[in-house]
Amino acid sequence: MCSAFLGFTGRMKTSFALTATIALFSGAVAADTTLRIGMTAGDIPLTFGQPDQGYEGNRFTGIPIYDALIEWDLSQGEKPAALMPGLATRWAVSPDDRTKWTFTLREGVKFHDGTSVNADAIVWNVQKVLDKNARQYAPAQVGNTVSRMPTLRSAEKIDDHTVVLTTSEPDAFLPYNLTNLFIVSPTAWQNDFDAVPASVTDAAERSKQAWSNFASHAVGSGPFKVEKLVPRQQLTLARNPDYWNPSRVPKIDHVVLLPLPEANARTAALLSGQVDWIEAPAPDAIDQIKSRGFKLYANAQPHLWPWQFSFVEGSPWLNKDVRHAANLCLNRAELKEYLGGYMEEATGTYEQGSPWRGNPEFKISYDPDQARALMTRAGYSEATPVKVKVQTSASGSGQMQPLPMNEYIQQSLKQCYFDVELDVTEWNTLFTNWRLGAKDPAANGANAINVSAAVMDPYFGMVRFASSKAFPPVSNNWGYFSDPKMDALITKARNAFDPNEMDAAAAQLHAALVDAAPFLWVAHDVGPRAMSPRIKGVVQPQSWFIDLATMSME
Amino acid sequence: MGAYILRRLLLAIPIMLGVALVCFMLVQIAPGDPLVSVLPPDASQELRAQMITAYGFDQPLPAQFMKWLWHAVQGDLGTSIATSRPVFSEVMTAAINSLRLAFLATLIGFFFGCLFGFVAGYFQDTWLDRLASVFSVFGVSVPHYWLGMLLVIVFSTQLYLLPATGGGPVGASGWAWDWAHVQFMILPAITLSVIPTGIIARTVRALVAETLAQEFIVGLRAKGLGESGIFRHVVKNAAPTALAVMGLQLGYLMGGSILVETVFAWPGTGLLLNSAIFQRDLPLLQGTIWVLALFFVVLNLLVDILQTLLDPRIKRA
Repeated sequence: MCSAFLGFTGRMKTSFALTATIALFSGAVAADTTLRIGMTAGDIPLTFGQPDQGYEGNRFTGIPIYDALIEWDLSQGEKPAALMPGLATRWAVSPDDRTKWTFTLREGVKFHDGTSVNADAIVWNVQKVLDKNARQYAPAQVGNTVSRMPTLRSAEKIDDHTVVLTTSEPDAFLPYNLTNLFIVSPTAWQNDFDAVPASVTDAAERSKQAWSNFASHAVGSGPFKVEKLVPRQQLTLARNPDYWNPSRVPKIDHVVLLPLPEANARTAALLSGQVDWIEAPAPDAIDQIKSRGFKLYANAQPHLWPWQFSFVEGSPWLNKDVRHAANLCLNRAELKEYLGGYMEEATGTYEQGSPWRGNPEFKISYDPDQARALMTRAGYSEATPVKVKVQTSASGSGQMQPLPMNEYIQQSLKQCYFDVELDVTEWNTLFTNWRLGAKDPAANGANAINVSAAVMDPYFGMVRFASSKAFPPVSNNWGYFSDPKMDALITKARNAFDPNEMDAAAAQLHAALVDAAPFLWVAHDVGPRAMSPRIKGVVQPQSWFIDLATMSME
Repeated sequence: MGAYILRRLLLAIPIMLGVALVCFMLVQIAPGDPLVSVLPPDASQELRAQMITAYGFDQPLPAQFMKWLWHAVQGDLGTSIATSRPVFSEVMTAAINSLRLAFLATLIGFFFGCLFGFVAGYFQDTWLDRLASVFSVFGVSVPHYWLGMLLVIVFSTQLYLLPATGGGPVGASGWAWDWAHVQFMILPAITLSVIPTGIIARTVRALVAETLAQEFIVGLRAKGLGESGIFRHVVKNAAPTALAVMGLQLGYLMGGSILVETVFAWPGTGLLLNSAIFQRDLPLLQGTIWVLALFFVVLNLLVDILQTLLDPRIKRA
């Protein structure tokens, strides 16, 4: 082993000397920089424009390779990420018909294959997920797209740089939804379609094969180009020096994405120098990672880890005092300590600093005396506690550490006369049950459900949980929460097309939501990631995403 | 021999059909949503119903099975729901990676298993026997994912000698038998080899001890045959059984150790199965299990033929 190590060291010295000599004689030629990232995904997220693997997919194979009409501004981490112009420089809803939005496209933007990003390309990309008769219709991309743009119906070209998008109803949230529609090069796809053997005559099958081929050399207009895809092993991206946004022309030459789903394997890869960056390091290894000089980044994400209450007849949560008591009885600070500091205490869906926080009258804090008083008023006591049953999972994306966290809550609420029963099920089964609702036998008698959620915009953060139009099977109002006041506020927010007006309406909605307390608000995830100190210019935004283009490497 | 092979091949057909039916049913009764990989968690039940129809999961199970089987016998195992890639190419790429790893692990296991087994058998009830037995019991009983993590901690994160995870160097798109690639195999292969080492060592020890106690060995010794000659006879008698055990171990390892391949992110069938299970990718799951069963049947057939060739007393035709 010793001689092997000496040999290894010797080779390192030779290699270093060689590199130094080349650098010395090459003058201005800079070394090629490669950033290697260990993702939590079990496979490379799909590269053909609509990534899978949740928001990790958007983070690594969406935003770097593609542009959207409207994008997230990831340039700061002090306040929640906001929207910024992407391929569209301007957008406005028609004052006469609020289902029609006009988008003015940025001129001079090129796909990686040199073709222009124009109105035809936008219409083509909308059709690929909405028009079943379109040649490029891709059923495999529909699921991840349509659910994130629930009201978008069609696109129409006005001229080369103007398109009109139509929604099924007036929907001021559309700009947020459009951050999920990544624009691919129709020309590159058509080349793949034409290359499908003539023996494949079925149009749908030809389209499917074209998409499958396109994925291996996907063409977008983003700051990075797809260089090489080795399925299930690695994806190499190369910088796009011609990117249209000068502030986002990448400084790193190559980015290599590696799927490392196991937390300890990911951590070992970082510690052994095999990768420069890992997502979600193993919590037990945090101290070791820090002691080796790696940097840890974390920031609040638009994520919510709640208990969602049932309002079905017989549910104890129908009593507002009980809902408020649960929220006042939980010591979130201690839970945060328990999680090594890697959570943000939730006192609503949106916290201070968010434009949608508003000013709720119900102030969520740790006040067990007040909680017990409310429970006494509701008719409960230590001798006669309220029995509640919560459905949760043992693991799952975004669920953080569901069992220890739920067990902590179980113990914490006991002091306020809650007798909590946990009904643990498998993660995907829990999802299915979530869609079916509290009235379905799948609820198994539970009167609360613990499913963590992305709350990127007012629709995903509030409307789908609070609208009476979102009862199952339409959306995620699992507990059949219904409040005419809330419905009116939702309508108001959906029709607030001026951004300031929309922020104000969303803030009003959030304040009303916190006052009504259809959730036990517990935590927001902070998305920890560990990186080599060689990576510079890292900004960890308050977002699910991060911008690779603005980073550099020593 | 030809008739024997033909008979075994014909027998394999009903086995494969049975395996196909069993794995189809097992996969279907597993809980979870088959569309979880193409539908985000917040998708509505309405959209889910639309996708169920689009993917044909609303068809009766017998119809789904017959359709899948009809295509499978023609070499088309369908398309992965999660990746839209053909299942056949996904499985074959992973199977070749697992075969490579399993082959190396079996070789290591066979070498050390035979070494420990022969030493223990020859020097029964001595400290050498006890030491060899300790190694073999360790091999059989140690949780190999734990051993894998331990090896990674020592050789990757402390000594920086070998890579911790992955199936090849950054930027590589295929396999090559050079150090840059082979170094990725070493830790997972050693980890995987401990079980075959233990099993082969215990089997060989028993065989050697049994052979040495037989009368023909006493006779050969009485005739003045040297120890090297005796050793050759012992090897010849132990080889068929050791080979059969090795073949079975190769088959087990081919199935891919889900835990070891996950710990090392080795892109083999174990990792593929893990991914398919978590994503509820039914076509990929069915296809992988079926292909692995096929490998197992073929491997057993090869081992049987080799055994017959090595030991003419085994006449099966």
